[in-house]
Amino acid sequence: MGTLKAKDIAALLDEPACSHNKKSKSGCAKPKPGATAGGCAFDGAQIALLPIADVAHIVHGSIACAGSSWDNRGTRSSGSNLFRIGMTTDLTEQDVVMGRGEKRLFHSIKQAIETYQPPAVFVYNTCVPALVGDDFEAVCRSAQERWNIPVVPVDAAGFYGSKNLGNRIAGESMLKHVVGTREPDPLPESAKDLGFKIHDINLAGEYNIAGEFWHVLPLFDELGIRVLCTLSGDARFREVQTMHRAEVNMMVCSKAMVNVARNLQERYDIPWFEGSFYGITDTSKALRDIARLIDDPDLIERTEKLIKREEAKINKLLEPWRERLTGKRVLLYTGGVKSWSVISAMHDLGMQVVATGTKKSTEEDKERIRDLMGDKTKMIEGGSAKELLNIVKEYKADILIAGGRSMYTALKAKLPFLDINQERDFGYAGYDGMLELVRQLALTLESPVWKAVRKPKPWATSINAEVVKVTG
Amino acid sequence: MEIIKRKKALSVSPLKSSQTVGASLAFLGINRAIPMMHGSQGCTAFGIVFFVRHFREPIPLQTSAMDQVSSVMGADDNIVEGLKTICEKSNPALIGVPTTGLAETQGADISGAVKTFRDKYPEFKHIHVVPVNTPDFSGCFESGYALAVQSIFKYMLPAEKEINNKVGSRKKQVNVLVGSFLTPGDVEVLKDIIESFGLRPVVLPDLSESLDGHLTEQEFSPVTIGGTPSSEIETMGEAIATLVIGPSLYKSADLLTKRTGVPDYRFDHLMELDMVDSLMVTLSELSGQSVPEKLERQRAQLQDAMLDTHFMLGQARIAIAQDPDLVMAYSQLLTSMGAEIVAAVVPSNGVAVKKIAANSVKVGDLEDLELIAKENKAELVIGNSHAVESAKRLGLPLLRAGFPQYDLIGGYQRVWIGYQGIKQALFDMANIMMENNSHEIEPYYSTLAQKPEYLQEVG
Repeated sequence: MGTLKAKDIAALLDEPACSHNKKSKSGCAKPKPGATAGGCAFDGAQIALLPIADVAHIVHGSIACAGSSWDNRGTRSSGSNLFRIGMTTDLTEQDVVMGRGEKRLFHSIKQAIETYQPPAVFVYNTCVPALVGDDFEAVCRSAQERWNIPVVPVDAAGFYGSKNLGNRIAGESMLKHVVGTREPDPLPESAKDLGFKIHDINLAGEYNIAGEFWHVLPLFDELGIRVLCTLSGDARFREVQTMHRAEVNMMVCSKAMVNVARNLQERYDIPWFEGSFYGITDTSKALRDIARLIDDPDLIERTEKLIKREEAKINKLLEPWRERLTGKRVLLYTGGVKSWSVISAMHDLGMQVVATGTKKSTEEDKERIRDLMGDKTKMIEGGSAKELLNIVKEYKADILIAGGRSMYTALKAKLPFLDINQERDFGYAGYDGMLELVRQLALTLESPVWKAVRKPKPWATSINAEVVKVTG
Repeated sequence: MEIIKRKKALSVSPLKSSQTVGASLAFLGINRAIPMMHGSQGCTAFGIVFFVRHFREPIPLQTSAMDQVSSVMGADDNIVEGLKTICEKSNPALIGVPTTGLAETQGADISGAVKTFRDKYPEFKHIHVVPVNTPDFSGCFESGYALAVQSIFKYMLPAEKEINNKVGSRKKQVNVLVGSFLTPGDVEVLKDIIESFGLRPVVLPDLSESLDGHLTEQEFSPVTIGGTPSSEIETMGEAIATLVIGPSLYKSADLLTKRTGVPDYRFDHLMELDMVDSLMVTLSELSGQSVPEKLERQRAQLQDAMLDTHFMLGQARIAIAQDPDLVMAYSQLLTSMGAEIVAAVVPSNGVAVKKIAANSVKVGDLEDLELIAKENKAELVIGNSHAVESAKRLGLPLLRAGFPQYDLIGGYQRVWIGYQGIKQALFDMANIMMENNSHEIEPYYSTLAQKPEYLQEVG
């Protein structure tokens, strides 16, 4: 059944860098039939790698896997857009019954290479071929030999487990097949006489949603920090190949790919830390942590200067917005790292987070929440939309901040909402992202529609015309 | 709210359409009618082109054909002769006679001319003739249309002293005066709504019958092929109520109410939830029937659409240029969604201007719109087809509304009013905002990046 053995799955779930590993596995709990939300391992793997923009991403399976998920518009590329073209073997009943899946995959890889000349092909295995027993890794190997370009197997059948596991499978595939297969480019001429040393870093779990990382990247350029690779927002295959040469790895809002950071630490002795670019406080902290771990006094000094300048600039710009937003009560309902990273951004605006979802959060995430909020904040361990709305009422929340799936729960309850999921159209990261964040918060909080939609039908109560009646 | 008057000499990219053309449209909403512009033949030729391109229909429109001699010596005879010719040739139910700038400058006495015609040709006394003073040097399309409606009452209803109180003798009849900012599609929907309360609407002018774009057995007609029957106009005094849509018609409504005694109910527009709610309450009261479930459901759909679209329309910066009623209606709809009207331009002042939901309203042209929209960083332009080039220069999307729409097919059938019309309008505007997301973050190209595309560009 599949090529990923049960013990491999267990190994991926047993992530030594996760503190919850020692406690209850809230992050990797077994799904409960009839009461489970959230994506599968394939979903997690594809989401984690799809933003690698110049790769041909082929989903090997019947149509439901790619058909329902391709054309993810959240992430942005500054160049190649090959990742926006959906590719799947779209297996038919004939393929399944007659065992033609492998052959179809081989020809699919050929077609993708001939039509689009990608630097690499990623092949995602899904439930049906995994169950049928297609040796898709062997097909990838033969294709790689035949056309002499990397064909990377990502064994991510949905039944292996949750989206979280899929993220790790994705990371594992990169570590096994891609990272370390090329040395970084020499520094460009322009970077040679700047008067300071250029340092290399990686960012894992940064997806460049709505291009938001472009708010942060100029700061790295200014500091002389070369981002070898962001796994995987606006990334290229050849960047992923060089990840082993970074001096620091930052895990951005995605504990799920922590296996990449841990593995790189074990194999190449690269230190890593967990940070976020949401909010002023966290953005500054992330920049400081990078400089601290690189341990270059000159960089540390220049980083402090930059932070001071940027904070002053953004605080001035946020002034008029703070007045409008301060004191507003937020219910945060997101998974994982965002459960704490967004809190910090809310605090920067004087808003109050009254409750936060911790369904997908790790023990460490929860620890951070306690640090930020004290014990007074309600932690929501999952639950139905109805329970969520009860909490909204109980804690008198003014706004729900959550992923797109919860949007309509909020709207149907006539509650202001901010989308922070990966399908959103607006970028909130970095200092400049705060401006878009406040704009979006004010937009929904201050909208006149809430009053209009809460207004009952005027004829249900009384039949009295409000119009001017003129009698001649 | 501040009204900024016209200051410059030159009108650049004009926004204004003439009163004469507006008045003609009102007459085109009456069955078997034909307007005859009192002016030179060019006035009519331009008017025909204006309407043909907008409605994509043949347009019956005649001219009194003032020439050099009559322009100097007096052209009242042209009216008499023109009326006679049309009566003989086409046997219409009504001839509207809107004047042009030329006729007014020359000093036309249209009511005198009509009287002469009546005296001279009694055999045509069954044909209504409605003259109206609509020089193009004052007002705009909307006011010309309103003046024509007023003249229809003046010439077709018995004078005040003759009121023979029959108010409400037609127990189901409701008169409906619709402003020029309602499309034939709008009027059709409005009639449906009224009928769903068991009432019988008599709409004036009823463009949903004449210029809705429908095929008939008849291959050619020199007059309108539908519209308010003139016999129905004569019964307006017997209705239980009059509904008036659009402030530009309030003055015309005053005359109707004065002449008939039928009570009227006024609605600034029907492009906002509250306004449509008021209409429902009024119709329910007039008919004694409860609001149909179907409409209640449409209301709930609109509320849902308001929630879905507030993300895109909230804080959206809108520039709009059209006649006052239409600008007022859109401005109120959009501000009710949290959008901001950052540029509002009207071609001439009107009663609705004071009700426009904007900090200031400029009386001007599309050049003014461009300048204000640019200065105030508008994100969406709402205007007629002439605004296409303005929007292009601004690099902004355009939502077409009002007259004329010559580069869009079906604009005349577009429905903007009622719960359903508003819902679709919100969807369309939200879609335009999404497609033109002005908050998209510009890509940043790091000089240190190892991206192959960048490397190729460098060397």
